[in-house]
Amino acid sequence: MRRSFALPRQVWFAVVGGALLLALAWVALRSGPLAPIQVTVTQVVTGEVSPALFGIGTVEAQRAYLIGPTTAGRVRRVLVDVGDTVTAGQLLAEMEPVDLDTRVASSLAAASRGQSLVAAAEAQERDARSRQTLATTEARRAVDLGQAGVISQSAVDTARQAQQSADAQVAAAEAALAGARRDLARLDADISGSQQQRGNIRLSAPVDGVVTSRAAEPGSTVIAGQAVIKLEDPGSLWISVRLDQGRSAGLRAGLPATITRRSDPLTHLQGRVVRVEPTSDAVTEERIAKVAIDRLPEGITTGEMAEVTLSLPSIRNALIVPNASLRHRGAQPGVWVHADGQLRFVPVKTGVEGLDGLVQILDGLKAGDEVVVYSDRDLTDGARISVVPVLRGADK
Amino acid sequence: MISLAGRDILHSWGKFVLTGLGLGLLIGVTFTMAGVYRGMVDDAKVLLNNSGADLWVVQKDTLGPYAESSSIRDDVYRGILGMPGVAQAANVTYLTMQIRKGGTDVRAMVVGVVAGEPGEPAYLIAGRRVTRSHYEAVADVSAGFALGDSIRIRRHEYTVVGLTRRMVSSGGDPMVFIPLKDAQDAQFLKDNDAIVNERTRTAVNPALNRPGVPGLLDAIEASQTSNHNVNAVLVRVAEGRSPEAVAQDIRRWKHVQAFTREQMENILIAKLIATASKQIGMFLVILTIVSAAIVAFIIYTMTLGKIREIAVLKLIGTHNRTIASMIVQQALGLGLIGFAVGKVAATVWAPAFPRYVLLLPADAVTGFVIVMLVCVLASTLAIRAAITVDPATAIGG
Repeated sequence: MRRSFALPRQVWFAVVGGALLLALAWVALRSGPLAPIQVTVTQVVTGEVSPALFGIGTVEAQRAYLIGPTTAGRVRRVLVDVGDTVTAGQLLAEMEPVDLDTRVASSLAAASRGQSLVAAAEAQERDARSRQTLATTEARRAVDLGQAGVISQSAVDTARQAQQSADAQVAAAEAALAGARRDLARLDADISGSQQQRGNIRLSAPVDGVVTSRAAEPGSTVIAGQAVIKLEDPGSLWISVRLDQGRSAGLRAGLPATITRRSDPLTHLQGRVVRVEPTSDAVTEERIAKVAIDRLPEGITTGEMAEVTLSLPSIRNALIVPNASLRHRGAQPGVWVHADGQLRFVPVKTGVEGLDGLVQILDGLKAGDEVVVYSDRDLTDGARISVVPVLRGADK
Repeated sequence: MISLAGRDILHSWGKFVLTGLGLGLLIGVTFTMAGVYRGMVDDAKVLLNNSGADLWVVQKDTLGPYAESSSIRDDVYRGILGMPGVAQAANVTYLTMQIRKGGTDVRAMVVGVVAGEPGEPAYLIAGRRVTRSHYEAVADVSAGFALGDSIRIRRHEYTVVGLTRRMVSSGGDPMVFIPLKDAQDAQFLKDNDAIVNERTRTAVNPALNRPGVPGLLDAIEASQTSNHNVNAVLVRVAEGRSPEAVAQDIRRWKHVQAFTREQMENILIAKLIATASKQIGMFLVILTIVSAAIVAFIIYTMTLGKIREIAVLKLIGTHNRTIASMIVQQALGLGLIGFAVGKVAATVWAPAFPRYVLLLPADAVTGFVIVMLVCVLASTLAIRAAITVDPATAIGG
């Protein structure tokens, strides 16, 4: 039995040697730098590209109000707290009046004194008029007597002078009365001024809104313009979105938006761009757009981060390739076209790109061309390739 | 004429083949060692190739961004873009960090790139390129990520949308490409506790939180959390321009360092992996000596094993030269089997290595010559033993 298997030793040796040589040849040609490069290919097709812009932003209030005093002072009381809903005109806080009340009293007293002065001026005017009447009568009588030669010319002149003097006194008394009246008007104005100042330290809500911050407590001193209460109009929440300038082509007001908040990633909110800011951020190279949410969700808060996808009108009948097939030769973008087992680098001009990775080709390819999508190594002209459905190691 | 060596080999061919196999595995280890070194060099070259850059612009007086840390402002690229001969210029950041993936960490180099500009991976093996300007990543397949995986870098979750192969740092860490702005944030973004602590620290500093200047504190806090630095600017030179000339212009007028492709390769290979390659070189020398010694001992014991037969040959008047050539032929045969087995073995186990092992055909040819030379040298010991044998041994003397 054993003999029947005993092939000549030469044969055994030749088999082992041959196997070894074959393995060596396989190893030399199928691995290392000489091995063909595995690639996958796809056909250029005509289809639809749905370009979209993607940016991140924060929820902000379109209208926020900082309510504080117009002069420096101390806070007397604060009537609302964070989260309170307030109506227009509602008193929110009050500043310490310090001397404003006494100033009002002082101007009231000054005004009543002004009224007394007016009364005195009126009395003086009446006095002057009665003197004028008397002087006029006496002067007329003196003239008559003078013509009759009963009294001397000198006595007539004296009576005339007395009449003129009485006229002048009446004019003086009228002027003094008018002055006293104007003074009274000034003092009245002073009253309303100090009353207004007194009212100004009452901080009231300019609109309906929600208190977002209580920035000062009673007893603390604030400077002019510093906020004591911050208000927000809850209906005016929108998202300030920052978009990379390099990927913001087509951004305009009215674009529909899909919004995903970081705090609620499973809910996608709908909205639209209401404004593209006329100034961009020069440092971060971003454009800024405001996106309004169609229906504000419960519990949305300002400062929240949100991802915003803006859909641009899709382009039909475009030549499309996956963006993974785009390569660069120097600064020139292009694709490797696979035809007759050969590779050729074809420069292309690209158009818009969808978020799904499909790129519109404007120039350089035609429908049906076969292009390389993935490759195991960098491709060069005349590289040996083998076309596979999926690259080794890429299918996990 | 019959081949005495061939006859002898055939006589005990199993033993011969097995010996060759053992020797082959040893040679395979040697080849792999050389492959590891070549792989390191090639990784460095691929790193430079795939960035697609002709020039690397880095901080003045540094050898960045790979060999040394480099930090420049992210608006430097605008000035460079305006220089004559510059076709494209793009910011790039490199940061080696631990990336959380599920419950474990993966050590990776996070690269921040601008889409469509130099710095992006040149080719993919699956998926697509990044299309959103935030929170998408292209990862190297050696990091163990798959398409659709969610990975966490600092505070944000990134979705893996594409896979690359052989995109590793000079230290062998797989690269993960993310949009530049995210990477800039990731470099400087601290955890929330640290941010809150920092805010408190700023707020209690009376110089920074002044009652008379209400907006100051907010402004300072905002400036503390933003980052406008990048590690390098990658430049593509316009067609027909000399990279060195453009680099000189940039160095002279922009007060930054600019390296050409050759200089960068030199930095990576001569500086970054110099020690590692010396280490491997030393190992290679020792492996070669050990292999030579083993071949010598094997041939010697094989010769001693048939010393009687050799004595008989001498007795019947065979020339010493014939005997010597017989031993040399056996040694060469052994070397041949060893080389073939070694080459196949190295190729088979090379993909299992965590880092790339490159087996160059030129290295194989050099290896073959060295193996043959070593075998010839190693057989001298056996030849000496065979020639000095007393023919009387054949008849038990």
